[in-house]
This record gives sequence, structure tokens and C-alpha cells, in this order.
Amino acid sequence: MRDMTLDDLHGDVGVEHTLTYADGFRRRIYAVEREVPFPEGRLIVSRTDPAGIITHANESFVAMSGFSLDELIGEQHYILRHPAMPAVAFKGLWDTINQGQKWHGYVKNLRKDGAYYWVHASVVPNIRNGRIVGFTSVRRKPSRSKVAECTELYKTLM
Amino acid sequence: MTLTFTVSPDFNTKYLPGWFVVNTLLQRQLGEGIHLETFDDFDALHAAMRADQIDLIYANPFDAARLVRDHGFIAVARPHQRPDEAIIAARADGAIHAVEDLRPGARIASTDNPDVHMMSMIMIEPADLDATNVAIQLRPNYVLVAKSVLTGEADVGFFLAETFDELSATVRNQLRVLVRSQIYVISHAFLIHPRIGDRFEALQRVLLGMVNDPKGRAALDDVGIQAWDPMDQEEVEFMIDLMVALTA
Ligand SMILES: Cc1cc2nc3c(=O)[nH]c(=O)nc-3n(C[C@H](O)[C@H](O)[C@H](O)COP(=O)(O)O)c2cc1C
Repeated sequence: MRDMTLDDLHGDVGVEHTLTYADGFRRRIYAVEREVPFPEGRLIVSRTDPAGIITHANESFVAMSGFSLDELIGEQHYILRHPAMPAVAFKGLWDTINQGQKWHGYVKNLRKDGAYYWVHASVVPNIRNGRIVGFTSVRRKPSRSKVAECTELYKTLM
Repeated sequence: MTLTFTVSPDFNTKYLPGWFVVNTLLQRQLGEGIHLETFDDFDALHAAMRADQIDLIYANPFDAARLVRDHGFIAVARPHQRPDEAIIAARADGAIHAVEDLRPGARIASTDNPDVHMMSMIMIEPADLDATNVAIQLRPNYVLVAKSVLTGEADVGFFLAETFDELSATVRNQLRVLVRSQIYVISHAFLIHPRIGDRFEALQRVLLGMVNDPKGRAALDDVGIQAWDPMDQEEVEFMIDLMVALTA
């Protein structure tokens, strides 16, 4: 996964951050203060292997993330991690799904162009013959009041 | 042994004679006795599911989920380009222009179709609405859902998109579509009981071949299906995972 460059921003102004992911990987990104609205009536769907590597993404996922399908398949899902998301939120996600449970929460995602989009996300383990073979995530349009609540809450968790 | 075939009781009743035609065709081509049992409502179907009385079924996504996960049913085929999608509509001349215009206490006309209800409930979440703060009015069919909205008894109605599109133009013109789902991957599925798993290949061949023969095409037409696409177990499992994710 490469660092973001100013060219990715298509002329927008971005704030530089260096993200360090749970596996120690570091990446430079630029966050742009521009929200892209969730597409009406759609679901954003992706699947990963047990390690969180993307194996499938639907059309809405591709459109909203700004990446091409080729750029997404085989990458870690943290390619979408936004600097405003606290690490503890994702720790909760992983602890829950690794126990075979369903998780849901509100997530601010980073696009390839530095802009962001909020989702109400659910993640379920894909259990086949009693084994977790991967995970499916489905995101839907969130309520604005939940987004406002989480914006405040996440600031306190950073 | 005569096999029992059924259809989830959410199809447009105009297709009922068509399912008998499909059943006759399956019997002839499989060389096997198959009885088409139709159920008036979901309770009757679910009782038959629990009593293990069903061998073949054209199941809605919800029933498919239960049959696959709880009873080991096997996916054979799905209808080509015919996903189950939902529409939320209000009165065209009313004050509700978007889902976000709905307020707690909103009156909603819906049916007992679990798929449409689930998809629609997800689409009202952006207005901070859920089962605890809306008033659901159950109606026996979509024409009566439309009527409830037009008379002002309900603020919005939940519709199966396909059925909404078939409402008369007069009715549709008096309704405003607030949102139409575009999920694409949730659809009905043709499933078989594992005890007749040895018929999988023959049945899939017959279903997929229907589109290539005039009698088969006519039968498909009678049930509103263009053709069957093969559906493998991973596809149906994926659809179920997706629905599980949505019913948080
Ligand atoms: C199925 C699935 C979907 C995920 N979707 C997202 C997502 O949309 N955005 C995101 O930031 N993290 C997502 N994650 C979590 C990431 O794997 C990762 O935990 C997160 O981006 C934070 O990175 P870190 O845990 O390495 O700190 C998802 C994980 C799984 C298993």
C-alpha cells in the first residue's frame, strides 16, 4: 500500500497524517475536509479473508472508496482508515468478530482522494463447516444524529 | 415417493397457475412425481418447514436463509436479474419528500413480506427510526399498502419494487418514491432438501435448460422469470451472511 501523494487530492487541500496500523505498517495520508454523501438505497459490501485482506468489493464500495477494484483486492481493509477513527473502535471490532460474533458501529472512512464518508457498518464472520473462513462487511446510510454523536465520542477516544 | 414442491407465499398471485405449469414440466423432465403444495401464509409454510415436509422450494431470501442454515438445504438456481428490492413511497402531494422528513411516530403501511420489511426498515434508519418508534400497519397486499398511503392513514408504505412498478399508473402517479433499494444480491432461490441431493444435477440441468425450449420459456414467462442462473452453495451462503449483517 503506497503513501498518498498531493496528486491524489485533485486540487483539494489536505492535512498530512502518518497512520500506524495495528500490524506496525505506517502510511502517509492527507485528510480533506469534504464529505461524500452515502448513495441512496445502496449497500457497500466487501469481504475479507480471516486476516482482513479484501477478497471482494461491490460496485458501491469501489465508487465510494475512489479506488479501482484492482487496487482494493489483496489489500488490507485499513486502506480506508481515517485519522479521526480511534484505534480502540477497531480493536472492539476484531475482538468481537474473532469470537464468531456480529459487530456493528459507525465508521468514518477515508477515500483515495482524501475526502471521507460515514457509514453504519456491520461485520459478520463467514462460518463454513464450523470454521471462520473470512468476514463480510455491509455498510448502510447512517443517521446524522448517530454520526454527530460518534464524531464527539471518537474525539474523546483518540 | 412423491416429492413436495412449494413456493414462498409472497409471489404475485397472478403467477400461481404458472407455478403449476412449472411443476408439471419438472415432473415430466425428471420422471418423478412432484406435488405442488401452496401455502396461504408464512405461518403455514414455516410449520411445514419445521415438520420437514418440503423437498423442493422456490424460497424468498428469508426462508432460504433458514432452510440453508437450519435444515441444510442445497441451492440449485436463482432467477436471472430478478433481485428482491424495496421501495418506500409517500403521497405525491404530501409534505414528505425524503426519508429524512419522517419523524418518530411515523405511520408505516407494510406487509408480512420479511425481505421487503427488513430492507425498508434499514432505509428509514437515516431518519433515526426503528421498530421502537414507528407505528407499523400490516396490510394483506401492496395494493392495500398503496391505499393506506393515499387515504392518509399511513405516512409511507413499504413495497416490493417489482410489485410497485406493476401498480396502475393512476396509483403510481399519486405516490412519491422516497427511496428504492439497489442491493442486487438478495434474491429468491430454488433449493432442495439434502435428502434429495442426488437430484441436484438433473434438476439444475432442467431448470437452466427451460429458456432454450418453447414450453420451458412459456412456463418461465408464466412465473415472471426470464431464465434461471445456477446458484452454488457459496453464493447462497454469501447472501445469507449479508442478510445476517443487516439484521443487527
Ligand atoms: C470485513 C471487514 C471490513 C472492514 N471495513 C473497514 C472499513 O470500512 N474501514 C476501516 O477503517 N476499517 C475496516 N475494517 C477494519 C480494518 O481491518 C482495520 O482494523 C482498521 O482499518 C484499523 O486498522 P488497524 O486495526 O490496523 O489499526 C474492516 C475489517 C473487516 C474484517
